[in-house]
Amino acid sequence: MQQVVIANRLTDGVVVFLGRNRCWVESLDDCPPTEQTDEASALLALGVKAEEEQEIVGPDLIEVASHQGTLVPVKMREAMRARGPSTRTDLGKQAGN
Amino acid sequence: MPLLKNEAIIKELYTRVEGEDTLPDRGAVLVDLARWQADRSALIARGSEIGVRLTSAEAPEAIADDLSQLSLVALEFPAFTDGRAYSYARLLRERYGFQGEVRAVGDVLLEQLHFMHRSGFDCFEFSSDQPEEDWIIAQADMKVWYQPTGDKRPTATQLRRR
Amino acid sequence: MYEYDEFDADFVNQRALQFGRQVESRLSGKLSEDQFRPIRLMNGLYLQLHAYMLRVNVPYGCLNSAQMRKLAHIARVYDKDYGHLTTRQNMQFNWIKLSDMPEILLELASVEMHGIQSSGNCIRNITADEYAGVAAEEIEDPRVYCELLRQWSSLHPEFSFLPRKFKIAVTGSEKDRAVVKAHDIGLRLHRNENGEEGFEVFVGGGLGRTPFIGKSIRAFLPTEHVLSYCEAILRVYNQLGRRDNKYKARIKILVHEMGSEAFSELVEKEWAEIKQGALALPQAEIERVREFFAPPAYEALPEEDPDFEAQRKAEPGFALWARQQLAAHKRAGYAIVNVSCSPVGKPPGDISSAQMEGFADLADTYNFGEMRVTHNQNLVLTDVRKRDLFDLWKKLVALGLATANHGLIGDTICCPGLDYCALATARSIPLAEKISERFADPERQAEIGEIYLNMSGCINACGHHHVGNIGIVGVDKKNTELYQLMLGGSAEEDASLGKILGPGFDEDGIVDAVETVINIYIDMREPNEKFIETYRRLGPEPFKDRLYGAPA
Ligand code: SF4
Repeated sequence: MQQVVIANRLTDGVVVFLGRNRCWVESLDDCPPTEQTDEASALLALGVKAEEEQEIVGPDLIEVASHQGTLVPVKMREAMRARGPSTRTDLGKQAGN
Repeated sequence: MPLLKNEAIIKELYTRVEGEDTLPDRGAVLVDLARWQADRSALIARGSEIGVRLTSAEAPEAIADDLSQLSLVALEFPAFTDGRAYSYARLLRERYGFQGEVRAVGDVLLEQLHFMHRSGFDCFEFSSDQPEEDWIIAQADMKVWYQPTGDKRPTATQLRRR
Repeated sequence: MYEYDEFDADFVNQRALQFGRQVESRLSGKLSEDQFRPIRLMNGLYLQLHAYMLRVNVPYGCLNSAQMRKLAHIARVYDKDYGHLTTRQNMQFNWIKLSDMPEILLELASVEMHGIQSSGNCIRNITADEYAGVAAEEIEDPRVYCELLRQWSSLHPEFSFLPRKFKIAVTGSEKDRAVVKAHDIGLRLHRNENGEEGFEVFVGGGLGRTPFIGKSIRAFLPTEHVLSYCEAILRVYNQLGRRDNKYKARIKILVHEMGSEAFSELVEKEWAEIKQGALALPQAEIERVREFFAPPAYEALPEEDPDFEAQRKAEPGFALWARQQLAAHKRAGYAIVNVSCSPVGKPPGDISSAQMEGFADLADTYNFGEMRVTHNQNLVLTDVRKRDLFDLWKKLVALGLATANHGLIGDTICCPGLDYCALATARSIPLAEKISERFADPERQAEIGEIYLNMSGCINACGHHHVGNIGIVGVDKKNTELYQLMLGGSAEEDASLGKILGPGFDEDGIVDAVETVINIYIDMREPNEKFIETYRRLGPEPFKDRLYGAPA
């Protein structure tokens, strides 16, 4: 199972992922998932710490899968967060705004 | 934890006697409701001030007839989101005419101080490294009120009629 | 419309500045998210799937053009150029930054608006009949009491940490457009045999996980006691409402568990103690507030306008719109205009900033500068001269706000669902879009006639699915959206809760199922029988049989 940490950025609420170099990034593409459970827990712990440091809110481990060469969250809800509203494809990450 | 009353930090005068613990020889005590109900005459016979601490599941009706014997009622907030004690404080002040100290204990936060004060609390036990400043901040925010409560702050409606 | 005086203005300004301080405390870490959450919720700020969402109160649905322009400005500057009308007569913005909030609240305060108590476990925005003050069949204007309740409930020190949220609705009409029986407190203004004004009081209604129709606990409450009586209800609830289980914390569960009679006894007992106190409303105060809702400067007009008649004959599109969107006004020569914000194939209740501004202009030109927001996620112009209707319609067409589907199947109530909402289990907007497309033909909609289709993206029922004649609720079954169909709900005077018909459907299946239900109704209805009447006459069986196959 491949996992990443998802959260909302505190200041603007934008959905972010814990990506390379332990930075919070806005796109799942910049976010190599982990298959190791202990690494996943370590990542989540970083998320919890980042919440305590007022960087993000609500860190959560989510499952992702590769779909046509890109990573997509498995759960509908998280897929929605990674993409933007399905009824307004002109908005959100899918539209790059 | 610091105790704040009348805008200043005060010294704790009451010894907290939990459950069935032995009473100190002398001095003011703060006991639970059950202890008060069980040991009422013994407590009065001590001749010192008595406070009763109510949990958020204990309505002040249980001590309504005893209030003349009490100088403090402490109302507990097990979590700041549990708002029962706001009603209890108003009942103590406005229904039962209690003049003694009504103390907020438990999960007491700066952001709730104002509501508590408006409901009739006059003493606050809360963890803060600057309780007096917090008090000033909490009181400075709002200066218009719509609800007539026992704190006698004039409401917008009353001021309009003047 | 009510206008703020210095006290009200100071109040919202102070509150905006206070939130500025609290946001600072949050950003600096003085407040943890757990401590901050209730504070931001009590200022209308949620954290949803994509960003923060701000819900701005529209007190009992009343809005003026300056406020609407301000909402447009907020949509444009701080959000993504649109807002969403909610089922509680409010407007919400989906893409708000926490760091912008102090500024946004000051902007709102400048036009007498705010987000205070639009969320949180406190008394929420009071809702009311969207035709208040103008409906032909109205007994009394409920807005006077809505405003008094609004002030009384604003930052109530005793009732800001209730077991759960608390919603109050008021109507002054025989016809209930405020769904008073689906609220924690529902107030129905009426007159007794002596001609005095008073309220029938309902408590314990509500939808969500465990839906209940409100119970009447008092047939007649003199109006001067409305605040003290509500205070008594809230005080009983604040002390006895369940706090051990969030799903059982609403007043409806308390009323249900103890029985409405026992509950009402406690309320009466509490009320007896406080009714003569400081909350008793002096007649002068009622009159002071009533003046704000005095009728505008109506002209004396004949009931019928010859041009209006001629224009309808000449322009079929206008005739269709006029047939569907107008309601009877209490003044001769005027009409109430319903403006649909559920165009075919678009998210119900979404409105762009350009539309908001255009609509504000129309309100200025034709409607004394005011407008209403409805719980059906639409807008209303309450006081339009019949002779202006044709011009108004042309301008609504240009704004994309002239869809003629009021009270028809295309005018769905629909919550944001999984496209936005953090609590959702399924999407709801795409369904509403598909259904309105399936029934896009206005003639077909008109032939089907009055019907209310409500849908929610989870059991919380913000889309009022239980009281839709047809209700749909989305559930998540093994990471696939599944939709349950219920029939027989009603939100009106004869309020009833719909019943689930059978197993759920997938996204396309549910659209087909709705169509099947409609076809059965058309086959089986008697002349002039509305959908709900046919359903009540026949019961669920014929629908079940056709959808799931007759039992062997
Ligand atoms: S009904 Fe559910 S999905 Fe819809 S808005 Fe309410 S909580 Fe969100």
